[in-house]
Amino acid sequence: MKRLLKLFLDTPELTGVVFLVALTIWFQIGTGGLFLNAQNTQGVLGLLPETGLVAIGVTLLMICGEFDLSVGSVFALAPMVMAVLLEQGLPFAPAFAAGLLAAAAIGLLNGVLTIRFAIPSFITTLGMMFVARSLTVVISGGFPPLLPPGVLPKWLFVNYLYEGSMFRMSFLWFVVIAVLVSLLLSRTNFGNWVRATGGFLPAAQAMGIPTQRVKIVCFIICSVLAGFAGTIQVMRLGAPLPSIGEGLELQAVAAAVIGGTSLLGGVGTILGGILGAVLIRIIDNGLVLSRVDANWFKLAIGMLTILAVILNAWLSKRAKSIKVEA
Amino acid sequence: MPQPIIEIRDLHKWYSGVHALKGVTLDIYPNEALGLVGDNGAGKSTLINILSGTQEPDGGEIAMEGRPVTFHNPRDAMQRGIETIYQYNSMVPTMTIARNIFIGREPLKYSVLGIGVMDQKRMREASIKAVADVDLHLRSPDALVGELSGGQRQGIAIARAMHFKSKVMILDEPTNHLSVKETAKVIGFVRSLREQNVTGIFISHNMHHVFECCDRIVAMARGEIVLDKRVGDTSIDEISAHL
Repeated sequence: MKRLLKLFLDTPELTGVVFLVALTIWFQIGTGGLFLNAQNTQGVLGLLPETGLVAIGVTLLMICGEFDLSVGSVFALAPMVMAVLLEQGLPFAPAFAAGLLAAAAIGLLNGVLTIRFAIPSFITTLGMMFVARSLTVVISGGFPPLLPPGVLPKWLFVNYLYEGSMFRMSFLWFVVIAVLVSLLLSRTNFGNWVRATGGFLPAAQAMGIPTQRVKIVCFIICSVLAGFAGTIQVMRLGAPLPSIGEGLELQAVAAAVIGGTSLLGGVGTILGGILGAVLIRIIDNGLVLSRVDANWFKLAIGMLTILAVILNAWLSKRAKSIKVEA
Repeated sequence: MPQPIIEIRDLHKWYSGVHALKGVTLDIYPNEALGLVGDNGAGKSTLINILSGTQEPDGGEIAMEGRPVTFHNPRDAMQRGIETIYQYNSMVPTMTIARNIFIGREPLKYSVLGIGVMDQKRMREASIKAVADVDLHLRSPDALVGELSGGQRQGIAIARAMHFKSKVMILDEPTNHLSVKETAKVIGFVRSLREQNVTGIFISHNMHHVFECCDRIVAMARGEIVLDKRVGDTSIDEISAHL
């Protein structure tokens, strides 16, 4: 019994679940039942994959012990590369691939620079945030490219599964990717290496894990997911704006942290990061529905982040204090 | 004399202008427990790092069981049967015992290009056995290493080395930060290595610990070997005079 309680308190996602339940009840009452009605749920679920995919990548990278502040810019760059090529008359598939390749290249560069020059990824990716944003604006020429009508396969990425469905196609992509990355982290030897690399680098190195390659792969996965998420948003909106994704990098870090990911690496789960992303979307939506001035959004996210970390720390301390023989 | 398990010939290592190893030559024989002593900066750690694959020498040769070997990384050394237990724990505190024991050597159910799904059932079962084999009593392989005592962690590191059937076990300051009782356990373990056909290299600042469990003592100072004797033929005083 004590062991179960200990395991329960030590679950990093616990805080996220607690907040999720509390906020849902709060908003449901506060909006007089509007919050959980079909139309609104449909709206929230439609936006979730975009933040959620970014959060998955950022969480994975944070568990590996590194940061990526450039995801917001990559979120805009990948679809912009795709859009510019589409405008030039390229078919969708190669243009889409080129966008994701651009994202992968940024991720690779983030990783290589961080490792080669042994600088904090906070700095590398902060720089890359500006670089990628600037590139996005430059290649767009200042105006969003005009996409040839019908060129985007919306049925594959953003349309509703069927008339009146709760879910868009993007939600399917999101779930599949979330499951895959979760399995990668929890079931494969690569996942074990990611945790070891982020948990205690010297031990990982001493045991012969190729920690540099592990980190670079995580940087690339993170960047590609951000690029893919941005591409989905552009398809949903129908127009590639160079300004999308601004501030998303910190929302993604907040999501990971709310979900129990440690800033120091080694601790966290993909599910936790997703819960964090869900919470952010719910707060955004719930505040609007409650007719609160939308400018309170950031205050709410900020308070949630701090509260979540405090609660997390407290819970795991409680868990540690429950003694079961080792 | 039997054939040495490890032959080290004229090993050199420089660190940006500092000559850390000045032509070290040493034979290590099967199943002996070798104590390596010396002050800070004497070159012990450098020698050990080269043997365990974390550093590469700038000159000289190493042969194992008569064949020349080159270790580019720890994995090369481990594949040859050299396991190292470091003074800072070679364990990840945020991971479970089972996952720690198999870091980098996870048994896989199936895999593509070296990446695959771990056989977690086998990892847990093998961990329970490996831990029990070194007389450590832990309830669950799912406990986090971070919640164990220093001695227990060292025990897990030893269990890991034994599980992978090491031929040579390097223990780098394994008794640092341990309680008296835990230290006694580690020393008892080094003594028992011979019966398990494992060659031990025991590095320690504590001369008493070395004398308690080793057959032969090698002392290093200023990057060279300054003394190499059987335990019975020397004394703590003689060694101290050389350092």
